[in-house]
Amino acid sequence: MISLLLRRTVSLFVTLLVVSALIFLVMGLLPGDPASIMLGTSASPDTLAALRSELGLDQSLPVRYLSWLGSALQGDLGRSYTYSVPVAGLIADRLAVTLPLALMAILMSVAIAVPLGVQAARHHNRPIDVAISLFSYVGIAVPAFWIGLLLILTFATTLGWLPASGFPGWGAGLGAALKTLALPAVALAIPQAAVLTRVTRSAVLENINEDFVRTARAKGLGETTAIWRHALPAALVPVLTMLGLQFTFLVAGAVLVENVFNLPGLGRLAFQSLSQRDIIVMQNVVLFFAAIVIIMNFIVDLAYLVVDPRLRAAEQ
Amino acid sequence: MRIPSLPHAAFLLRASLAAAAVTAAGFAGPVFAAAKTSVTIGMSVEPIGLDPTIAAPVAIGQVTWQNIFEGLTTIDRQGKVQPQLAESWDISDDGLTYTFRLRQGVSFHDGETFDSSVARFAIDRARGDASVNPQKRYFQSIESIETPDAQTLVLKLGKPTGSLLYWLAWPSSSMVGTRSADNNKTTPVGTGPFKFVNWAKGEKVELARNPDYWNSQAAAKLEGAVFRFMSDPQAQSAALQAGDVDAFPEFAAPELIQSFEGDERLATVIGHTELKVVAGMNNTRKPFDDKRVRQALMMAIDRNMIVEGAWSGLGTSIGSHYTPNDPGYVDLTGTYTYDPEKAKALLAEAGYPDGLSFTIKAPQMAYAQRTSQVMQAMFSEIGVTMNIETTEFPAKWVSDVLKAGDYDMTIVAHAEPMDIDIYARDPYYFNYKNPAFNTVLEKVQQTADPSEQAALYGEAQKILADDVPALYLFVMPKLGVWDKKLKGLWENEPIPSNVLAEVHWEE
Repeated sequence: MISLLLRRTVSLFVTLLVVSALIFLVMGLLPGDPASIMLGTSASPDTLAALRSELGLDQSLPVRYLSWLGSALQGDLGRSYTYSVPVAGLIADRLAVTLPLALMAILMSVAIAVPLGVQAARHHNRPIDVAISLFSYVGIAVPAFWIGLLLILTFATTLGWLPASGFPGWGAGLGAALKTLALPAVALAIPQAAVLTRVTRSAVLENINEDFVRTARAKGLGETTAIWRHALPAALVPVLTMLGLQFTFLVAGAVLVENVFNLPGLGRLAFQSLSQRDIIVMQNVVLFFAAIVIIMNFIVDLAYLVVDPRLRAAEQ
Repeated sequence: MRIPSLPHAAFLLRASLAAAAVTAAGFAGPVFAAAKTSVTIGMSVEPIGLDPTIAAPVAIGQVTWQNIFEGLTTIDRQGKVQPQLAESWDISDDGLTYTFRLRQGVSFHDGETFDSSVARFAIDRARGDASVNPQKRYFQSIESIETPDAQTLVLKLGKPTGSLLYWLAWPSSSMVGTRSADNNKTTPVGTGPFKFVNWAKGEKVELARNPDYWNSQAAAKLEGAVFRFMSDPQAQSAALQAGDVDAFPEFAAPELIQSFEGDERLATVIGHTELKVVAGMNNTRKPFDDKRVRQALMMAIDRNMIVEGAWSGLGTSIGSHYTPNDPGYVDLTGTYTYDPEKAKALLAEAGYPDGLSFTIKAPQMAYAQRTSQVMQAMFSEIGVTMNIETTEFPAKWVSDVLKAGDYDMTIVAHAEPMDIDIYARDPYYFNYKNPAFNTVLEKVQQTADPSEQAALYGEAQKILADDVPALYLFVMPKLGVWDKKLKGLWENEPIPSNVLAEVHWEE
């Protein structure tokens, strides 16, 4: 177990290093000059040159990469070209919105999907299954931002229960902050729940007629207990894999929903820094996304060992 | 004529949602609130930094100009130059010496006193070698600055610069303090009626009334103001209807503007911006090096149809690179009116009896895409095939079109006020070279008399309308939506801004 952790940690750092070099290379190849974007259509060549040297853009790509790497190892990720504040602080501010939002969405998604998936499997090919399948088809087909718009129209514009957009900050109180995150979390959760329902359903279906479930029934357990105690745990590996994918998607890919609800999240920071060619922010945010993917995979792998004794045995 | 299917699926979806929003708003009931002492203004674009003297985006000035920062001169709602931190000035007869008398008793928000040495510092910072001022060329003609006493500033020019007083009013010419200038990007300090309080990046900028403002008659009427940034038109609409923002002075989506009509709380105020939507052509590249081709393309365009198709009928047709806000505006939409038959004949005369084909590099913004689609249909009527290539704005457009000049035709809304001189710049992406035009613009700078300048600008407009270095289409409307009780916001935008000192609530 410990050697596994060690191996994974080393590979995490090596992967991040390789990914960071790749990201720098790709960003360096992007067309567009941050200085020209900041100084607009009337800038003269000498002011552009002055700004490029101020931002360090007059140096070659490898030099810029190595100097970024040097400071990053000391905890300094650099300073945004556009906002003029440290990138680390900028990302931390956005994470304070994005992480709680992703967690809320994941919890809602699990709370909706697992019972629905189990019910669908249990009532395989009967009306309940068909109804649940219909929900998951619709949920997959309808984009999250559109659900967001409907939620705004209903709960903010018409009923006035929740704010339409924006984020007051955690300083405004837990209640106020959660209120603004509630609708976007639902909008994000529904499509995720739809996917997760299908995965849960087919995973449980695969196990429901296995010998060990039949044995559970044979020793007198009711159908519900047999499924929840025996079939579902055995079906959790694909569900966890899906959850890991969904979490990384929710952290990195919530930009459309963030736009509709005007939330200052990480997705919008990535989008904005790309369109402004705030390369230093872009590099760090993309690297952060890569790190999230790698770390989530790691956590999911560990979780397999916890939920599936067969894998635990194989590892030992 | 057939217009291609503009309102694609997503657009229709949005329109129907907007309709639902109106219905919904009807049931929302009245909003009761105590007398408000602050205002929340919505903006589509978040500024990058808050120092208008070191970066170009208009959003910076829309937050800070006249609220936090002031200039030696200023521009009023009518677009006229007025004194501000300079209370008066004398211009020598040769137009080469400007002597400003500065106002006494003015101090920055951090307590620094404003005097001639500070003014000199601010101008030197904008014109010096290390300057990153986006309009550095405005200070080009200044040869030296003298400060005979604390209240007198003398600018010695190398050549007459008739627009100097106007340029000094721009956001990029703001007066900045010697102690605070370096940090203005994140914590702006000016002399204006509002002080900077806080910037929650990605969300909002907060300002508070400056109790020590130098001009008690023009002090801020509100205690505070908040600028909130939201790019999505649906989010903007929802925020207005839910009362999360009090005003959207430049609402982003004309197709949603009707949804506010009949709203008992919100007023819709449509004015002019300085955004000139023009389809620039590469005047040195074939076939656009032939004036007749450019004129023919202009005659193939029905401007009213463009405004209708691209911007919901809101916006004003123009015949030159000038807006109705600007002094000396002449309506030149009649120079080459819509006439496909004449256009075809002129193309044939220019050697293209069977039409021609080229590519437009159109940015991703809605106005550019939709206008290109309407133009494509109109050109096909005269046998011209226009391919639409979408180009990422600003990054790729700036490097491919503006810098490299690698394009046939492009389309973009020019935001800078009074920028007709771009046709005299070399290099500039139009590659338009006309000595007669340059001479007229030089004459503008040789006089400081507004009526003489207006007449010369009229001449310049006419040259462009006849030569057609770019297809002149329309001026973007300023789509203001705000609470009916909110008074004092500007209807037009002679310079991109949100001037808040006079804004107040009327019960």
